[in-house]
Amino acid sequence: MNLNKSNHWLFALKMLLLVAIGIGIGVSVGSSGLESLQNAWHDDVAWKIIWEIRLPRTLGAFAVGALLGLAGALAQGLFRNPLADPYLLGSASGATLGVALALAFYGGNQFAPDAYIRVGLTGAAFAGALLAVVLTLLLARGVQHTMRLLLAGVIVGVVMGAMASLIALMRPDVLQNMQGFLLGSTAFIGWSACLVMVYVLLPCLCLAWFFGFAMDALSLGESTALSLGVPLRAMRIVIVLLVALATGAAVAQTGLIAFVGLAAPHLVRSIVLVKNGNLALLSALMGGLLLLLADILARSLIAPQELPVGVLTAVLGGGYLLWLMYRNQDQGGLR
Amino acid sequence: MTKSSTAIKSSNLHVSLNGQKVLHGIDLQIRAGRWTSIVGPNGAGKSTLLKALAGLLEYQGEVFLFDQPLAHLKAKYRSQQISWLGQNEATSDDLNVWDVVMLGRLPFQDWMAVPSAQDKQAVEAALQATKAWDWRQRRLGQLSAGEKQRVLLARAIAVQASLMLMDEPLTNLDPPHQVDWLEQVRYLTAQGKTVVSVLHEVGMALHADDTVVMQAGRIVHQGACADLASHRAIETVFDKRIAIQAVGSEWVAIPSSLRSI
Repeated sequence: MNLNKSNHWLFALKMLLLVAIGIGIGVSVGSSGLESLQNAWHDDVAWKIIWEIRLPRTLGAFAVGALLGLAGALAQGLFRNPLADPYLLGSASGATLGVALALAFYGGNQFAPDAYIRVGLTGAAFAGALLAVVLTLLLARGVQHTMRLLLAGVIVGVVMGAMASLIALMRPDVLQNMQGFLLGSTAFIGWSACLVMVYVLLPCLCLAWFFGFAMDALSLGESTALSLGVPLRAMRIVIVLLVALATGAAVAQTGLIAFVGLAAPHLVRSIVLVKNGNLALLSALMGGLLLLLADILARSLIAPQELPVGVLTAVLGGGYLLWLMYRNQDQGGLR
Repeated sequence: MTKSSTAIKSSNLHVSLNGQKVLHGIDLQIRAGRWTSIVGPNGAGKSTLLKALAGLLEYQGEVFLFDQPLAHLKAKYRSQQISWLGQNEATSDDLNVWDVVMLGRLPFQDWMAVPSAQDKQAVEAALQATKAWDWRQRRLGQLSAGEKQRVLLARAIAVQASLMLMDEPLTNLDPPHQVDWLEQVRYLTAQGKTVVSVLHEVGMALHADDTVVMQAGRIVHQGACADLASHRAIETVFDKRIAIQAVGSEWVAIPSSLRSI
């Protein structure tokens, strides 16, 4: 399906509708089933289940997916590389290392609901993600060589992931928590985590849209963008910071969630033809929808138990990446 | 501002890439309202010179755009005055043709502003000039290499700059569209625009008004394309392996082994 340009508003509306339906399903799914939803108005326990567990978790899953989708769209636009993604650039592992370091010093639980802790962990994750992206770019000596960029991202990701594991081993008291974190889980998202993500997501979306035209110009090549008066250096710094901030904010709440950042922009581009500013917004919407659906699946597939949503996105996202790789070339291949 | 008769000028221009000197003290004057082609063997520094003139590379020495130091001009003004068409730049396939050409109007638009009627007019004119109007709603990735090149050319034309710098603009164009490009350049210079192009096809380059002949990072000759001295200089930098001969009213480059035929 290829909608023309004017239809991207229609596409956005459809996505919003799906998100609303997804949220509705999200608050209905859980070990106590629909019963909690039906009794929410006159049963305190049921109300607590909906208001304090299901709703923040569902909205949080959407926010995490939106942050990752946005980070993916920005990374792909900035690096002009369809494989750029918070995971493949090492920033997700960097964010994990940041959280692990913060936990090692703080010694607590990364799923603690305290807002200050959430902000602190998000800051640590942001610093780790930023460090990872900068290291990846230094190792790859720029962004021009796809293979070098991906290899550098894999190396940084593996090394930082190993360092996070080492910290977890050296601090057995945080090991248990780290395991859940490394698998990626939306199970412990509370309102404070949602709030932190909203505070990060909204300005990131505005800035991404603001710099959309510059990324459009960059898509014609660096020299062309420079010749058109685009402030490339400033734009690069802002976008790298946004990728790190969005990834950090997502990873700090849920741990590693693979492939959402890669798949969301690809899915949007395969459906509508949009410029980079709108691509960033729609990718956030698509990423949010993907993780929302993945979270519902993770809660439903082996109910009353649940799968870590990160495992599910890794399996589904890996399959999607393989499909992209082997898709017929005349359909565009990896786009 | 009264435009000088010299569109762009360099004085003692040096450029190093990755620690290696590529341009060695280039002194150059490009006359306004004319088409100048830069020719020379591979690695002569033609593209580097063009990029330096566009202000896209760090350089030592001085470049003047209409008598004003290029380095002191504001980015917005510079981007309005100089239009650039690069060689083999990797382009994203995910924009449609209209949006790509509209990017050429970026230097005239305020941040986040909606394109004006003048912008739309410039884009339409550029698409018509390169015969790409019919594909304006198509995705860049759906076009052939030659069609894509025409769209990129339209993007450069849409800037409506006083000076157009084009690096190998004929890449992927078939002969009829090469002729279209020649006509377009003639039209632009007739309007008072200045065009500087790097061309590896000597025969095409000789259609220009003036030529700059380069070798090993230096200019070895600058003169009118019709001058025999220019022809000799071109033959010399290509180790006399080509010969320039008149065919009717045109100059063509042929392998020197065929000269006697």
